Parts: sequence; C-alpha cells; structure tokens
Amino acid sequence: MRKKELEKIKKYKYGFSTDIENIRAPKGLNKEVIKFISNIKKEPQWMLDWRLKAYERLQQLKEPDWQKPKFPKINYQDLYYYSAPKSVKDKPKSLDDLDPKLLETYNKLGIALVEQKRLNNIAVDAVFDSVSVATTFKDKLTEQGIIFCSISEAIQKHPELVKKYLGSVIPLTDHYFATLNSAVFTDGSFVYIPKGIRCPMELSTYFRINASETGQFERTLIIADKGSYVSYLEGCTAPMRDENQLHAANVELIALDDAEIKYSTVQNWYPGDKDGKGGIYNFVTKRGLCKGKNSKISWTQVETGSAITWKYPSCILKGDNSVGEFYSIAITNNYQKADTGTKMIHLGKNTKSKIISKGISAGFADNTYRGLVDISSKADSSTNFTQCDSLLMGNKCGAHTVPYIKNKNSSSNVAHEATTSKISDEQLYYCSQRGLNQEEAVGLIVNGFCKQVLQQLPMEFAVEAQKLVGISLEGSVG
Amino acid sequence: MEEQLKIDFDKVIQNLKSSKKDIEVRQKNLNEFIKNGFPNKRTEDWKFSDFNQIITSNIKGLKFFNNETKPGEFDQSIFVNNFTHNKIIFVNGLISMLDFNCEEKNKIEVIDTHETEDLNSKNPLIFLNNALKFNYIKLTIKENYSLNKPLIIYNITNNKLNSNTISQRIDFILKKNSSLKLINLFDDNSNNNFYNINYQFKIGKDAILKNYKIDSQLNSNIKYFFNNIDLEHNSLAETFIFSTGSKFIKNEINCNLNDQYSSAFINGIINLKNDQHHEIKTNINHLAKNTKSYQLVKSVLNNNSKGVYQGKIFVNSKAQKTDGYQLSKALLLDENTEFDAKPELEIYADDVKCSHGSTSGNLDEDVLFYAMSRGLNYQQSKKLLINGFLLDVVEKITDLEIKDLIKNIMENS
Repeated sequence: MRKKELEKIKKYKYGFSTDIENIRAPKGLNKEVIKFISNIKKEPQWMLDWRLKAYERLQQLKEPDWQKPKFPKINYQDLYYYSAPKSVKDKPKSLDDLDPKLLETYNKLGIALVEQKRLNNIAVDAVFDSVSVATTFKDKLTEQGIIFCSISEAIQKHPELVKKYLGSVIPLTDHYFATLNSAVFTDGSFVYIPKGIRCPMELSTYFRINASETGQFERTLIIADKGSYVSYLEGCTAPMRDENQLHAANVELIALDDAEIKYSTVQNWYPGDKDGKGGIYNFVTKRGLCKGKNSKISWTQVETGSAITWKYPSCILKGDNSVGEFYSIAITNNYQKADTGTKMIHLGKNTKSKIISKGISAGFADNTYRGLVDISSKADSSTNFTQCDSLLMGNKCGAHTVPYIKNKNSSSNVAHEATTSKISDEQLYYCSQRGLNQEEAVGLIVNGFCKQVLQQLPMEFAVEAQKLVGISLEGSVG
Repeated sequence: MEEQLKIDFDKVIQNLKSSKKDIEVRQKNLNEFIKNGFPNKRTEDWKFSDFNQIITSNIKGLKFFNNETKPGEFDQSIFVNNFTHNKIIFVNGLISMLDFNCEEKNKIEVIDTHETEDLNSKNPLIFLNNALKFNYIKLTIKENYSLNKPLIIYNITNNKLNSNTISQRIDFILKKNSSLKLINLFDDNSNNNFYNINYQFKIGKDAILKNYKIDSQLNSNIKYFFNNIDLEHNSLAETFIFSTGSKFIKNEINCNLNDQYSSAFINGIINLKNDQHHEIKTNINHLAKNTKSYQLVKSVLNNNSKGVYQGKIFVNSKAQKTDGYQLSKALLLDENTEFDAKPELEIYADDVKCSHGSTSGNLDEDVLFYAMSRGLNYQQSKKLLINGFLLDVVEKITDLEIKDLIKNIMENS
C-alpha cells in the first residue's frame, strides 16, 4: 500500500470495506423494489400497504431546498435500496451461524458481538447495510419483558405494537426524506420497555454501510411504557469511497407517563477526503414524543462524520410536566457541512426544554445551528433555555446560528443566547507554556468547550467521543 | 387587485408625464411585483408576518393611485413645539412644504425628481414602491457640513384618504464628514391606508447619521418601511425605532458596513395593544475589518398583539475584528399575545466577537412583589417595571435634545 493511502486510513480508521457477497434489490425506486424489500423481509400485507402509501405520497413531494449546505441533485433511480450479505438471508439464530467475515468486521470496528468478550454491559443490535445481523444479550432482556430486536423481527412478532406506534411521531406524509424512508426502510432497531421497568443495561445499535451505490434507510422505534427508563446508544461508520452515499433514517421515540428515554448518538460516518470528495449524506429525521405526563426525552449527539449532516432531533412535549433536552456537538472539518439543531414543541402545561449546542468549524467547513422553540398558547408556565456556542478555526470556514423562537404564552419564559468566537491566543499560549504542543492544546481547549455535552454521554461512549473530537480536528491547526 | 393596479399604474404615469426611460423602468418593476404578488408566510423573510393576508384582511379595495394630486391642507399645530428644526412635510403622500431655514442654503441640495433608478433587490414591496412612487427626493448634504438643527419629516394624512397606497422614496446622500439628525413623525388622520416608504442612505467617509422613527398615534394603517444604509470609512449610523401606533408596521433595515471603522447602532421599542402586529427586521452586513454593530430591541405586548424581531448579523470572511451584538427582549403581558424572534448569525471570519440573546416572558413575580412591598399598588408597580424596561432603550439615544423629545412623546402616548 502506498504511503499516502496508509495515511488516509490512519485518519479514518473505519474506512475499510468488507468483501462479502450481497443480495441486492434491482436498482431504482419503484413499486416493484418496494414489493421486493417487503417480500424478502416476509412482511405482512399491512406493512406493504403502508410502504406503498408512502411511495404514492412521495410522488407528490419535492426534495426540500431551504437548508444551508447545498448538494448536487441525488438521482434516486440510480441507488440500490436493499443490500444484504448473502449469508444472512435468514437471520442467523445464534452467533455461531453468523458469517465469520461479518464477525471479523465488527471486531475490527471494536464492537464485540460475542457476549463473553464484552466487559461492559451493553446490548448491541448490529445493522450491516440493509439488515440486522446480530442482536446480543437478548435472553437477559427477555427475562424482564424488554423487547430489543430488529424492526423486521418486530413487524412479524409484535405487529400490534408496531402498528400502533410506527408513524405516530413521524407521519407518513411528513417530508421528502422521511416519506422516502417510510417507503423503503430496510432495518433498524425496535425497543419496548414494559411498565415500571428500568432497563438494566445500555441498548445500542451499530450501523455500518458497506456496499457501494447503496442508500441506507434504517428505522428505529423506541417505546418506553409508563414509569420505565431506557438509555440507547447509536454508532455509525462507513467505508471510504469517492461517491456520496445517502443515509436517510427515521427514529421515533415515544415516552408514556413518567417514562424516560435517553438517546445518544456518536455519528462517525465517512466524512469524505480532505478535498471534499466522497462521504455520507446524513439526512436523518429523529423525533421524540413525550406523550405522557412527567415524561422525559433527552437527545445527545456527537456529530463528527458525514460529508453533509442535516438533522434536527426534536421533542414534542405533549404531556404536562414533560421535559425535552438536546445536547449537541457538531464538528466539521475540511469540506464537511452540517445543518443541525432541534425543535422543541411545547404543547403541555409546565413543560421544560433545554438546548445546549456546540458547533466547531475548521478548514473549509460550514456549520449551522438551526432550531425551533415553539411555545403554544396552551403550554402554561413552560420554560426553554437555549445556548448555542460556535468555535471557528481559520477564516475559510463558517459558523451560523438560525434560531426560530415563537412564544404564544404569557406565563412562559424563553431565553436564548449564542456566541461565536475563536480559540484565543492567550489560551493557546498558556497551554504551550505548560508543555503541550499546539495540537494537544487545541484538543484540550476544544474538549473543555464541549464538556457540557460530553458529560451527558454514558461513560464508555464519552471516552470514545472525547478521542473522536481530537481526531476530527487533526490537521486543522497551524 | 391586478386589474386595479394596472389602471392606477397608468394614471401614475400620465400624471407624472414620465420620460420614456422612466416608464420602462417602472413597467419592469411593476411586472416583477405582479409576478411575485404581496409576500406571504412562505417567503422566509415574512415567515412571522403574512403580509398578503394582513393587507387583504385589513384593506378592502386597495387603490394604488391618489386622485387628489395636490397636497391637502394641514394643521400647523402638529409641529413640535419649542424645538427649532428643519421640515419636510408630506400630506397624503405628496410633498407640501420644504423648510431648511436653519441651514446655509448652498450646503444642502434637494432635488425633487421622479425619474426612477433600478434598485438591486428581490423584495416585491420595493418593486411596487419603484413602480408607483410619486415623489422621489434626493437630499444631498455637502462635504464637511453638519446641519445646525435636526430635520423632521412629517407624514400627514387627512380623512380624505382611504384604502390608498402611499409610495415614497427619499435618498439621503451624506458627503464626507457631514452629519444629519433625522426624525420621522407620523400624523395619521386616515384609516386603512398602506404606506410603502423606502429610504436609501449613502453615508460618506467620517459622516454621521442619526435617524429616529416615531410612530405613536393609534391608527388602522399598514406601514412598511425599508431603509438601506451604506456606510463608508469611519462613518456611523444610529437608528432608533419607536413603533406603537399603526395596526401593522414592518421596519426593515439593511445595513452595509463597507469600510473599516464604520459602525451601526439599531435600537427599537415595540409597544403594542389591541390586535396590533409590528415587526423589526434587520440585516447587518459586516463587509470590512474593524466594523461594529449593536442592536437592542425591546417589546411590550398587551392584549392580542404580536411582536416580531428578525435580526441577522452577517460577517464576511474579510471582516476580521468584527464586533457584533444583538439583544431582543420581550414582555408578554396578556394571554393571546405572541412574540416571535429569529436572531440569526452568519459568520465566515474567525477573529470576531459576535453574540446574540433573545428572551421572552412575563414580568418577574419576585420583582413585582418587591415593588409592592415598598408601597406601590399592582398597577403602579407594573407601570414602573415596564417603563424601566423600555427606558433602557431610550437611554441609548446619543442626542440629548432628541432623547428628551422622545421621552415626552412616550409619556403622552
């Protein structure tokens, strides 16, 4: 391997691809492909009808174009909407049946699927291209009545739950990418926590795009029944390719009375090379519904990858006294672009929301915080606090803040503040005086800048995220 | 509407006896407007104020041409007392009087023209203004001349005017090292009219503009003000907006800090009641190094009113050492009031100091309690707190004489 390529790999260590035989749907987007997907997943008729309804709707929708990062038009007919390793045509019953190549891939990514090898207590659902290949710790969770499986499995085994909640937060008709996902979604995780149960371990999904010319359309649905608690993690990587790949996921969270869902994401899709070639288009719709009283949904995201990140994890605070939180770090380097933020929609009385967003922009990157805080006239005594800080490194990059604040209730309070700055020479000088080189100093200062958000992550993730923050900014100083 | 617009447009052209070139430009602007129509909430800039809906629900049978082509009479008692000043008086949108008695004659040049120049804009209301404007004044202040006294522009309407459009355009050219203090006053005795006023300011090197816009009388008119301010090296523009009178007002300010050490200050008060709806929208473009901008907007909203603040700070990658600040605070005093804000930053330079803040909510109960425990009743305490809240903005006015004048107007309104 040439030296240059070695260096490239060093930068993005998840950039390898696995050579594995695939089953693919025919190229293109049409009813036949949707039927193919539904068929291969052995879905019941109602699911296929649902997908086709979404497809019908999609024909009337236009791709939105209000976002800051512009991208060349995507040819939706030139994509594969389903791609799965041949060996998992029927989902393997146990890890012994799993293709060793897949196992090796996940080991390489640092995700041990063999339970005995795991030090920490995290159950993993591993999604490879369009299918879930393995789910760990299933037995232990089933004991408590917790359902943690792939969404395809849930459609077959728990149709009543899926029917009731799928599309209840993100309706079929929502917007272009969400509707596209509804029509062609392939796999993802399904979580149901029964009444009064506190999930004993972290649940997590690891998404991997492997095949080329494929879009990944995953769908995650998490339901926390009355008085339950769950913490869910999500990680993503993809091989280095010169083409741009589309990832359009839908994530729906539903928290009933007194329930709490904590959703953390460390997004490290391939960001493209340093000239902006390749990388993932990460157009994700994430929305949580605090349906019951005293419920709480908390989003934490560390966005370091993707050529374009375009997502707004939102909370609809419908139940009285419900709480929504959003903690975000978005780091863009080289030619990466991010347009991310949140929506906090206050409908219930005495609802509270908090938004902490940290944007870091380096190289030629563009980083936008866009958020909505909407207090409806019925949301008495609600409060919102928003803080958006941006850090700029160099004068070729951009940092933007576009908050929309609507307050229709005189007993509610909304406060928003935002700052933009750079790392001051004094801070750098102080660190170098203490013996740190410039890159270490920047890493330290940036980690301090992000601390408020990193603190929110579960411990194992926090350590990884901290490292990721440092790596993402390598080469941006000096 | 389109039919009426075309008929009235022909009347405007006939009455002005326009040149061929002028007609061409006006026609082009009219076509652009017809293509776009009145902006609605699908237009990003009008997201919180659906102008099309506001104008159609408030004004029935909107006309675009005033049949009385001579300005009417006006009552001289509206002039501000004990305050020597220069005057420009518009009655029903037509120029009635120009009075620069306090100034040296050859230092100020006023040209009353109507020849249209195309403006580089995509705003449909500016197209409309360009197509229909009747009076177009170019006011130039010569180099090194500071006006002795402020200039007050009175906009008077009488009850003969109804469901009409008033389109006005004034260009202010401040040459090197000159200065102007400008006050806009409105005396509305009419109802259901649509004001569309476009001011263009060109502020030369070292020049100073102080611009105060006061709309304090309750009336049912709809007003759209567009100010474009271009600032050169070391120049300064201060804008103060007092927005309480009309049914709907949108004050839009576009400010270009084109050269080093130029600065812009925009302060505003929105104080509303009874179904009023006012908006302040600013767009500050930092285009050169070492420029500064400061914005403070405070709103007080009473029963059923709606206030909107949209502010944007744009920093070009060349504009290092920019200092940009933006603060919006709103008090929602009654149910059914609404305050929407979109404070926006778009920054492409790293060595900058930019921040914004926005809050909205009711009066702090603890503070009210404190005031009442000192012997004030509830109403008095509330009034005290609201006054204090708003005076904060008035105190930013740098001209003492005008500050007193505005405090006076505030007390009486």
